[in-house]
Amino acid sequence: MKTKSGGLRKTLPLLLLAAPGLLYFLINNYLPMAGIFIAFKDVNYAKGIFGSDWVGFDNFKFLFQTSDAWIMTRNTLLYNLAFIVLGTMLSILIAILMSELLKSLWSKLFQSGLVLPNLISMVVLSYIVFAFLNADSGFINNSILKPLGIPEINWYSEAKYWPYLLVFIQLWKTAGYGSIVYIAFISGIDKSIYEAAKIDGAGKLKQIRMITLPLLKPTIIILTLMSIGRIFNSDFGLFYQVPMNAGALYSTTQTIDTYVYRALMQVNDIGMSAAAGLYQSVVGFILVMAANAIVKKVNPENALF
Amino acid sequence: MIQTKGERAFHVFSIVAMVMFTLLAFLPFMLIIMASFTEESSLIRNGYSFFPEKMSVDAYVYMWSSASTFVRAYGVSFLVTALGTALGLLITSMLAYPMSRQDFKYRNVLAFIVFFTMLFSGGIVPSYILWTKYFQIKDTLAALIIPNLLTNGFYVLLIRNFYKNNVPVELIESAQIDGASELRIFYRMMLPLSVPVLATVGLFMGLAYWNDWINALYFITKPQYYGIQNMLIRLMNNIQFLKSGQASSMLGANAADLPSTAVRMAMAIIGILPILVVFPFLQKYLTKGIIVGAVKG
Repeated sequence: MKTKSGGLRKTLPLLLLAAPGLLYFLINNYLPMAGIFIAFKDVNYAKGIFGSDWVGFDNFKFLFQTSDAWIMTRNTLLYNLAFIVLGTMLSILIAILMSELLKSLWSKLFQSGLVLPNLISMVVLSYIVFAFLNADSGFINNSILKPLGIPEINWYSEAKYWPYLLVFIQLWKTAGYGSIVYIAFISGIDKSIYEAAKIDGAGKLKQIRMITLPLLKPTIIILTLMSIGRIFNSDFGLFYQVPMNAGALYSTTQTIDTYVYRALMQVNDIGMSAAAGLYQSVVGFILVMAANAIVKKVNPENALF
Repeated sequence: MIQTKGERAFHVFSIVAMVMFTLLAFLPFMLIIMASFTEESSLIRNGYSFFPEKMSVDAYVYMWSSASTFVRAYGVSFLVTALGTALGLLITSMLAYPMSRQDFKYRNVLAFIVFFTMLFSGGIVPSYILWTKYFQIKDTLAALIIPNLLTNGFYVLLIRNFYKNNVPVELIESAQIDGASELRIFYRMMLPLSVPVLATVGLFMGLAYWNDWINALYFITKPQYYGIQNMLIRLMNNIQFLKSGQASSMLGANAADLPSTAVRMAMAIIGILPILVVFPFLQKYLTKGIIVGAVKG
């Protein structure tokens, strides 16, 4: 029995159920979207948001005249690039190894090792990193560099080390978690394909190269494209809290997200912050749309829309 | 099944490699645990180490003496996590249910409204001004619960898909014939049926609330509203904070006796303890959620 849609008596209860959620999205997401005009104003709280003077693209002009704009864009893009390339490779490696061991005694323990680092907050992570890196009591200075006779390093004031540190930290936190999708996919592959390959004399490595990886390829492409769609976004906590908000490190730790925060909350420059935020939103939107269009071409089933 | 020599070699290699990866994942946790149990003077001499010269529970004794601070922060975190997750699950599933109904006229409109929030955002500045100037949310508990964390488009679509794929239309129709109202159908039928997906989504929501510190960074200036994460940040920024509390006067301890190096790590342990405790019970749902999320996200 199919009832006809329509009729207020029928739709009203459903609309009422949906109302709280819709109201939330309206306030939390849509009103701020309407507020992007702030990026084109010289905000003056005395005059109010709506009464402040329009300045056209001045905020953007000023923003892109500073070196900040280049540094934060470069950092955001390069870190994401490293995370995507190295993270994907490491996740796939872990997934292949794990798939071999799914029935082993230790598999449960291995799996918790994969997931646990991703469950901790960026604050706790910053404490862990601090335990390794701080100048006085850090593990690396005291237990690794000292015995080797290498002079202590002031990690929190030397920007040049942080690209490597942050990439390592991010991989430590997320690679295992990222491998779970691939593990699920590999365990779904028909075992008889491997049996047939084995009869034909293909060794393990050859099976991985000729069966596992080619079958994973569509998944890899789609997940990578989706990450590229988010390449203008960064994890605020990783770049702000983990380096302890250290000013000396800004040249390698500043991303668009940390810039937006600092301009708004620490420098009190609403115009710059709003301009940087809108820059991120608009480019991000274009990238997501582009990534989706490509996914749709590659594999329509996996497209977002 | 007969194993060739190559297969055995690969199996052994897998075990060795995974043991190493797993050690790599756990060792940092071990370091902070050992550090928190190290005596202050050996910390000052040798730094944080996996093999402390001298062990001690001073840091924990010290924290026990200022327990009220941590109990309060824990209380805020638990309250925010519980309220936020419950409220979030409720409004998320209430919105997802109508969207899953094929006979609901506006389902596509709603789907678009929800979906678009995943593609474009107005950015932090308008959102910050909205919450602080128009909703006066600064220094309230609501600031920790409502902005950004309550629900998101992804959760809504996840639950909608569950309803769509797992609840037969006939079930809803027969309930309607029996005269059940939409509210009753949702409450008595859809909610109980969707416990698996609610558990997964609730787990993600709960983790996000427990681990969140960014809302407080923007909206909270009074430490009494700090949850455990922001308490940790505050302590990291200023170990003096502990010394200045009632703790030192109660202990009669002076600043030199404060095992501050060990206390920092003991604090971090306090911060992850609840997650470590519930983790074994949640792992199953978590893994399931990641897979569903990645396939349909």
